[in-house]
Parts: sequence; structure tokens; C-alpha cells
Amino acid sequence: MPQTRTNAFLVSLALAALSDSAIADGAVIALHGNDRGVPACVTCHGALGEGMPANGFPKLTGQNAEYLQAQLAAFADGRRGNAMMTPIAQTLSADERVAVARYFAGMSGATASAETSRDSTATGAHLATLGRWSEGLPACVQCHGALGAGVGTAFPALAGQSSLYIENQLRGWQLGRRPPGPLGLMKVIASKLSAADIQEVASYFSTLPAGDPVPSAKR
Amino acid sequence: MKIQASVGLTITIIAVAAVVIIVAAQPRSATAVAAKPAVVLPAASTKAVALFLPPTEQDMPKNEFGQIVKLGRDIFDNTGQYASAYVGPTNLRCSSCHLDAGRLAHSAPLWAAYVSYPAYRSKNKHVNTFPERMQGCFKYSMNGKAPPLGDPVLVALESYAYWLATGAPIDAKIAGRGYPPVPKPALPADYGRGGQVFEQHCALCHGADGAGRLDAGGRPTFPALWGAKSFNWGAGMGSIKNAAGFIKANMPLGLGGTLSDQQAWDVATFMDSHERPQDPRFKGALAATRAAYHDSPDDMYGQIVEGKIVGKGSPSKENAAQVGSQ
Repeated sequence: MPQTRTNAFLVSLALAALSDSAIADGAVIALHGNDRGVPACVTCHGALGEGMPANGFPKLTGQNAEYLQAQLAAFADGRRGNAMMTPIAQTLSADERVAVARYFAGMSGATASAETSRDSTATGAHLATLGRWSEGLPACVQCHGALGAGVGTAFPALAGQSSLYIENQLRGWQLGRRPPGPLGLMKVIASKLSAADIQEVASYFSTLPAGDPVPSAKR
Repeated sequence: MKIQASVGLTITIIAVAAVVIIVAAQPRSATAVAAKPAVVLPAASTKAVALFLPPTEQDMPKNEFGQIVKLGRDIFDNTGQYASAYVGPTNLRCSSCHLDAGRLAHSAPLWAAYVSYPAYRSKNKHVNTFPERMQGCFKYSMNGKAPPLGDPVLVALESYAYWLATGAPIDAKIAGRGYPPVPKPALPADYGRGGQVFEQHCALCHGADGAGRLDAGGRPTFPALWGAKSFNWGAGMGSIKNAAGFIKANMPLGLGGTLSDQQAWDVATFMDSHERPQDPRFKGALAATRAAYHDSPDDMYGQIVEGKIVGKGSPSKENAAQVGSQ
């Protein structure tokens, strides 16, 4: 345990040491790509990192920096397979990945405006906020935070995320195309969802306002 | 009465109804050999235990009574917000330990508690009514203060519990009550092994420091397992036996039943060997308080762990004076 604490401390020191220049680099990559062929992130993820919901390209704005960084690392080393993202992540240096993750994490205010808003159905809201404990399925918000705000570095924000993107991830876990993540949790969770469940719960989160602090969890 | 069939286990009722994980059946003796990694469950029998099924959210009455039931449900899930006057400096809520808003069998469901009182409790040596039992939750588990009997908070919570118990028999032995006891494993529970279990299976959500986590909007999400924001030394979860029961059946969230009996006891020992707010019944000295309220091998209060005596109480405004007197 003390070792873990020391490591966490060193990591936070290292992150703190990354000054504004790191953020500036992140902006350059996000808006223009790099000189080794990485395209601008905004080409697919939107000018404000709001995502391109219709294509299932995820919203990055306001997402936890370490989570984004971990995903880039997983794309780069093949743990998370994606035909588009793997070569991009491989062509970013570790420093660039940190910078660009921090850039998008630091942005706020953008919401997925292009999303065709579907009414969140009772099933979606129920799964998200109450779960289905008769099958041992916790509510999404128990780990992803009230209204899908995100918790820490391991539980990403879901509010305002592309519905198609969320659906694709849940199906990816079902089919073993996305690694099961910490404790293998998401594979187990996804295995308890039907195709209709997936659609409805994804739709529910996509219609939630992103990044707005909400005082109370609605059950 | 609505019932649902669930798989039960032979000797002790370690039915983990919440989990639908396919588990290799193992003989009971195998669990008692050592700290087994990952999925080890005693062999499930085919004997079905009928579990009471409480009404669903949609069944909640839409009248004046229903409004108070709903208030009770809101208090239960957002205790710090709806009952702030009685909640201490904790990030716990009722539903932290009573999962699925008090519905889940083997996670101390409210419907089972409701039909089990009044009852004599050795904890305070008299017959407790249901509202008095809930007062204890506020005083100890929520590290706050007991709402007076008749307080709207207790009335709403009692209404919610009563409604959840609709159709349940009055029966203190109703299946699914409390946390299923976990047989003592072969090796004595161990703090060091427990720490490893914690790091591998618990720290992701509760944090390496056990302090729990807030969501990105600052709302408490994962409860503190020890330290100033956790339950105090008077809470039932401070009993290693009790904690092992909750952990084995329900933790990690969504993966209940995946820890071995050994792992559950080890990690419960680890959790309950950390400092937390002082027991409100503190008698001025650790030894006297232990003798009065903590005299059990499953209780580390006043014992020496890793060279330090535990039970002095985590510093918090509420118990700083008591700790200072140590």
C-alpha cells in the first residue's frame, strides 16, 4: 500500500510538472495534428471535442484526462482495437498523448448538440439509475456517478456521450472486442444487457446534459 | 405474497441472488484450503430458497402516503442531502450498505428488517422498535445523531420500509435478511493478505486510501471504508464477521460472490483494522470501551494492529474532544 501511495504521489507530481506548455501542445495536436501524420482530432471529434454522435465518434470534452490517456495507450499497444484510432495513437508520443488528453479534459461547456434527441425511455432511465439487481446488475450511476458525470480516472463520464458510441462499446464488451477493463467489470455488466437494453440505456445517457453540476441524483 | 425462486446454498445461506456469473462448482472443503484467487464459491445446491420480492418503484402509491414513501426512498438514497441534520461528516448513504435502495436480499434489505422488529438486541440490552433500530443507523453508521422518535425523517423511512415489506410475513428469520454469514476460513484472517485483496479488488472504487470517491460533480459516489468520513466505531459494519458477510455477498459491486471466504474475511479484517471516528459510547478509555462494547475476536477496537493500537478515533470535529482526551 505505501508503495502504491508513493507511486500515485509521483504520478501526480509528474502531472503537476506538466505546465501550460503541455496544454498548448495538446491544443496544436487537437486542432492541427502533428508533423508525423496524425490528423487533427477535431476532424472527427468535433471542433470543440463534442464528438460526432451520428458516426459514433465519442465526445472527449470534459472527460477525465487519465482515462483518455489510458485509452490512447490501449489503442497504441493494441489492447483496445480500433482501425482508426490505433495508427493515430501509435503515431503520438507518450508526451503528446498526455498533452492532448489534458487538452480535451480541460475543455468544458460543449455538449453533443448534433445528437438526435430520443426520449429517454423508462427502461433506459431505470437501468441507469436503479439497475436490475434481480440479475445482479448495478445501476450505471453507482460507478459512473450521478447522471453519468464520471468518477475518478477509471469510470468515464457518460452524460451527453454519443448514443451510438456507447452502444458500440457495450456490444464490444459483449463480443470481447473491447478489453473488459478494470476488474473485468464491463464485460460482466454488458453480458447482462439485451440489445434493446443497450439501445435504451445508451440513449438515456446521450440525452443527459454534460458537464453541468447537478445538485441531486434523480432516482 | 409474491415470491421469487432463487438458488440457495446448503448449509449456510450464502445465496448470492444478485450474481449471475457462471461459477465452477467446487466442494466446500476447497474454499477452506487457502486464499484462492478469483472465483471460488461453495457448490450450489439445487435447494431453492423462496425470497420475498418487494414491490417495484412503479407500484409506489400515488396518494398522500405515497409521497412520504417516496420521501423515505429519497432519504435512503441521498441521506446526506435529505436528512442532513442527522448525518455526520460521512460520504455514506443508507443505500451504501443496503443495496438496490433497500431491496436486495442478503444486503440487509429493509423489508426483512421491517418484519423483524420489535426485537431484543444484545447491543443495547432491551427490546428495540423499528424506529429505534433506525436511530442506531444514524448514530453509528452515518456517524451522526439519532433523529427523535416521530421525526419526519424516521416517519418517512419507516413508511418506505413498511411499503417495501408489503405482503411479507412477520418473521425475524425471513430469508434474505441481513448479510449471509461466511464460514470462518481455514487460515486465521490476516491483515496483510487482506491488504492485497483490497488493492486488487476494492481500491479501484474506494481508493487506495479507503476514503471513497466523489463523482466529477462533487457528489459522493463510493463510500469511505475507514477514516474520518466513514462509519464510526459503534457501527455494525465494524464487526469483521458482519463486514465479511456483506463483502462476500455483494462486493465488488456487480461481482458479488466472486471473492473466496478467505478473501472476504481477510479484506474485512483489513478494512476494520483501520482508524475511524470514535465510538459515541466512548467511556473515556479504550480498554473500558472495548470491554463494554467490543469484546469479540471479530472486533479490532482497542487491539494492536501493525504495531499501533486502533480505536483512538479518526480526527473529526465531532470526536476531536474525545480523541484529545486519550
